[in-house]
Amino acid sequence: MDATSARANDKIQEIIAELIDKPGALLPILHEIQHVFGYIPAQAIPRIGDALKQTAAEIHGVISFYRHFHTSKGGSHRVEICRAEACQARGARALESHAKQALQVDYHQTTADRNISLDPVYCLGNCACGPNIRIDDDIIGRVSPEKFDRLVDGLNTVSLQIR
Amino acid sequence: MTTTIYIPRDTTTLSLDGELVATNLAIAAARTNTDIKLIRNGSRGMFWLEPLLEVQTDQGRIAFGPVQPEDIDSLFAADFANPKFDSHSAQQHPLYLGLTEEIPYLKKQQRLSFARAGVIDPVDIDDYIKHDGFKGLAKSLQLSAQGIVDEIKDSGLRGRGGAAFPTGIKWQTVLNCPPQQKYIVCNADEGDSGTFADRLLMEADPLSLVEGMTIAALAVGATQGYIYLRSEYPQAHIILNQAIANAYANNFLGDNLCGSDRSFHLEVRLGAGAYICGEETSLLESLEGKRGLVRSKPPLPAIEGLFGQPTVVNNVLSFGAVPHILSDGAKVYADYGMGRSKGTLPFQIAGNVNRGGLVELAFGTSLQDLLDDFAQGTASTRPMHSIQVGGPLGAYLTPEQWQTPLDYESFAAIGAVLGHGGIVVFDDTVDLAEQASFSMEFCVEESCGKCTPCRIGSVRGGEGIEKIRNGENPEQNLELLDDLCETMIDMSMCAMGGMTPFPVQSAMKAYRAQLSDQQQSVKGH
Repeated sequence: MDATSARANDKIQEIIAELIDKPGALLPILHEIQHVFGYIPAQAIPRIGDALKQTAAEIHGVISFYRHFHTSKGGSHRVEICRAEACQARGARALESHAKQALQVDYHQTTADRNISLDPVYCLGNCACGPNIRIDDDIIGRVSPEKFDRLVDGLNTVSLQIR
Repeated sequence: MTTTIYIPRDTTTLSLDGELVATNLAIAAARTNTDIKLIRNGSRGMFWLEPLLEVQTDQGRIAFGPVQPEDIDSLFAADFANPKFDSHSAQQHPLYLGLTEEIPYLKKQQRLSFARAGVIDPVDIDDYIKHDGFKGLAKSLQLSAQGIVDEIKDSGLRGRGGAAFPTGIKWQTVLNCPPQQKYIVCNADEGDSGTFADRLLMEADPLSLVEGMTIAALAVGATQGYIYLRSEYPQAHIILNQAIANAYANNFLGDNLCGSDRSFHLEVRLGAGAYICGEETSLLESLEGKRGLVRSKPPLPAIEGLFGQPTVVNNVLSFGAVPHILSDGAKVYADYGMGRSKGTLPFQIAGNVNRGGLVELAFGTSLQDLLDDFAQGTASTRPMHSIQVGGPLGAYLTPEQWQTPLDYESFAAIGAVLGHGGIVVFDDTVDLAEQASFSMEFCVEESCGKCTPCRIGSVRGGEGIEKIRNGENPEQNLELLDDLCETMIDMSMCAMGGMTPFPVQSAMKAYRAQLSDQQQSVKGH
């Protein structure tokens, strides 16, 4: 959902109301908001704070602690490259530099066409089949630079609807 | 006649086009009017063979692998879905592997915790029961709380997350707290590079985790449990939630468990990409909805844990071992292993190897034997050079140390850790100073920031290693680095800062040896 849309604030309140009764509700709320909007929109922070009787600074403090949460809109797809040792042993360092070169971005940046955000990740638990990357919710193993290019091509292909 | 075919749906299989294999199989079966029943099991843990396709025959399950989407047509042409074991055309297929159970990689293992992995449909309650599931729970419902704790104590089970603390003693502490709200928390924040045993269990046999946690709840008098799962495991999340829903629907979770007067409720909570939340007190903070800052101990989580209440926090594999201990008896479990390291440990062979996967064996095998018997050399075909055991906080071991028996005490004796059993192999192209530098960088990235030796020490350590690599006063800087490492070991609040020096110092030691070899060979010329 677009965070600037008229319904966005209602949706945020709806998510908060649904999860607030869980013990330790903050992480479940943040996960759900990010799931719906793709990131945690700024207007959500004081609303969560009000519901949990915490300050906006406290909520922000939690969000900023966790790598998984984002406070700005990323690309249409999130690509994470595993930097951990088991993938390093299978060529992850070369893949990292290839990916940055191919996408013309560094980690924590989004491509100029706003299609792909590139992030590091520390272990996807597929350590016998590295180098591994994650594209949105899919984990992909044995990613050579060539395979990376093919996968990115797939993300850049816009499906045309023929009327 | 319907032929039953298995294709896993675990992360590894899906990461290697397993979904497309399953789709192509279904399409081809429809096109050829072949009557099949497709079961999406978990992985057997032989990852080099994934996607591993199995066919149920009259003699047992036969395997084909690794199957790629384009192999499906040739498999059908070979009449692979023939329930007769001695179908000649199927045996001629290049991907034919024979009976799955006879594949040496699997046959040589001692599978207790992973006995059902890859065998059953992970979320099917009936299949789980058919394979001895819920026997431990049934037994526990007949025992007193103390009776259950005594079984766990007698088994010698030690926490499988890495710290190896005796599980029975932890449970006893929680049991001894007066009746009040108590919690069972499963640490499924398996962040160590080179480890995937927790994930494999959660994706292949999640009900054993549910059962183990339920037994723990009966033992200590808890009614609520949480599985704290890392967000990097989306597939495990899906499968766990399905398994839990099915357990609720069949009265293996919820109120009046199995018709008794006991209750246990269980929920999966997602982490959010913080390695430190694998540390149990940081995990509890995170579950409470806070920054994952490490707490000081005491108080122990067993006494003041989640929301200040008595809490059992155990690793996935510790809970996973519990049903077997209860159903077959503590002694059967304790008969495996050596010394104070009882039972089995699932070793995870990872990194630059030909045959990576999960190998469950009794403690005591040497690293060298494990590699010889299972890994089959490096994927790059270059010589193995160094091996990091026990995750990113574990030491790098060079060949002269590979004879060390794989048990907690023997590893501690050489300044290394067995941790969660992850084994990451590097070939001779590894730059160990670069690895040491990465270990510090990882600590900078993942430190919770609460204590200075970890937060600042890792930054200064990284700078020091860079200077050494650049040849700036290497001797003095090495001395400084050693001094800093000692401070981190002695003064950090938890293992993050306290163990980061293990990989750093071991890698730097090997790097210096490499350097002096090179210098001598230069002098020799």
